[in-house]
Amino acid sequence: MAIDLHRYANPARFLRIMGAIFPWVAISTAVLLIAGLYLGLFVSPEDYQQGDTVRIMFIHVPAAWMALSIYTMMAISSAVGLIWKHPVADLSAKAAAPIGACFTFLALVTGALWGQPMWGTYWVWDARLTSVLILFFLYLGYMAIWESFDDPSKAAKAAAILVLVGVINIPIIKFSVDWWNTLHQPASVATMDGPKIHSSILIPLLVMAAAYMSLFMSLFIVRVKSEILARRLRLLQMNKLQE
Amino acid sequence: MTRKRRRLVVVLLSVGILGLAAALVLNAFEDSLVFFHSPSDLVEKPVPPGRTFRLGGLVEEGSYVKQGVDISFNVTDLAESIPVKYRGLVPDLFREGQGVVAEGQFDENGTFVASNVLAKHDENYMPPEVAESLKEAGHWQEQAGDE
Amino acid sequence: MSDFLHMGGYGVFIWASYGVSALVLVTLTVISLRNLKKIERELAPLEEARRDARRRGNIRQEIE
Repeated sequence: MAIDLHRYANPARFLRIMGAIFPWVAISTAVLLIAGLYLGLFVSPEDYQQGDTVRIMFIHVPAAWMALSIYTMMAISSAVGLIWKHPVADLSAKAAAPIGACFTFLALVTGALWGQPMWGTYWVWDARLTSVLILFFLYLGYMAIWESFDDPSKAAKAAAILVLVGVINIPIIKFSVDWWNTLHQPASVATMDGPKIHSSILIPLLVMAAAYMSLFMSLFIVRVKSEILARRLRLLQMNKLQE
Repeated sequence: MTRKRRRLVVVLLSVGILGLAAALVLNAFEDSLVFFHSPSDLVEKPVPPGRTFRLGGLVEEGSYVKQGVDISFNVTDLAESIPVKYRGLVPDLFREGQGVVAEGQFDENGTFVASNVLAKHDENYMPPEVAESLKEAGHWQEQAGDE
Repeated sequence: MSDFLHMGGYGVFIWASYGVSALVLVTLTVISLRNLKKIERELAPLEEARRDARRRGNIRQEIE
């Protein structure tokens, strides 16, 4: 009955590395958040068209960037899990999903709260908004699959397939504003001819984006550690029952 | 090793085929995926009076007239221009030279009667002083509607 | 100060955005940390028992 405890060697090393990084990302999250909020709420000027509502951008755009990048990261690690059966890969995707779902939710809600005063509506069914809503449902579906299987390896496989099918949505979200007429404006930062945002507004945005990235890494380390230890817990409980 | 290679090929192939299928579907449904039509679109493919759709472009400079709650303005994409009538409140961002999306239908005279007006902003962000000095220096680039 | 809260008339929308973001991210952080602590608490006695067993040398060969 050689239950694969030897495989634990690999996750154990992964946890050691994550443990070493953790204090640094946790501290940088705090520092960047304070700096970003200070710059965004006190230092940065209002926009020439949108007035103070431009300050919603500092939390809306980073949340949307995280929503896309976390999903992409989940797709890559799910593919690694499917192809190479790497034990940490599936757990990484599983640990990241709730964080991605929260950021997607925040992108949608802050977008609605920005849309009402500027566009005149909380919500429209244009290509950008609709595709981000679909992204939110993909995250929820992914989490539901993990909940609905008793056998973790079957859950991992089904969830990985869902993520990989849904990855088509990522370029659709990114390019929806270029491919179709949308109410949402085109990209401001990642454009061919450089950012279209004045530095006094761009810098707080980038600091907040870095803060959200660090926050993701901190939360990811906590959650992936929980997943790996929970797996270890199941294994030890099973061994105990067999003794 | 070969099993892993095979799984890699299957995953890559599946994602590729799905991507192709998605591209074909999105291409086929392009007409319903666009949120609004520009004045030039309407010259190419006219919409009969009475059919509801969304018209988008820029509020033409100098065309905005307000009489109580009745307003009228022209929507332009700098090539074609369409007169719009609307009764009601407009969003804060609504102004001449800015993007706008109006929902409504043509009347018999070719005027677009809007039941709802949304403002569309562009991708440029800057403080008011910078916008002023850009305008003064003559570096202000005219927004080109929806391309 | 009241100018700051007023935000040019858009205070409601701006503060609601920041409020909901803070609420969601703090809740997620608290849940994530609590869950980790819970698992660590459950795991500790089992790891302890395993170490004891190994010290007594009666751990089954095939597990290692």
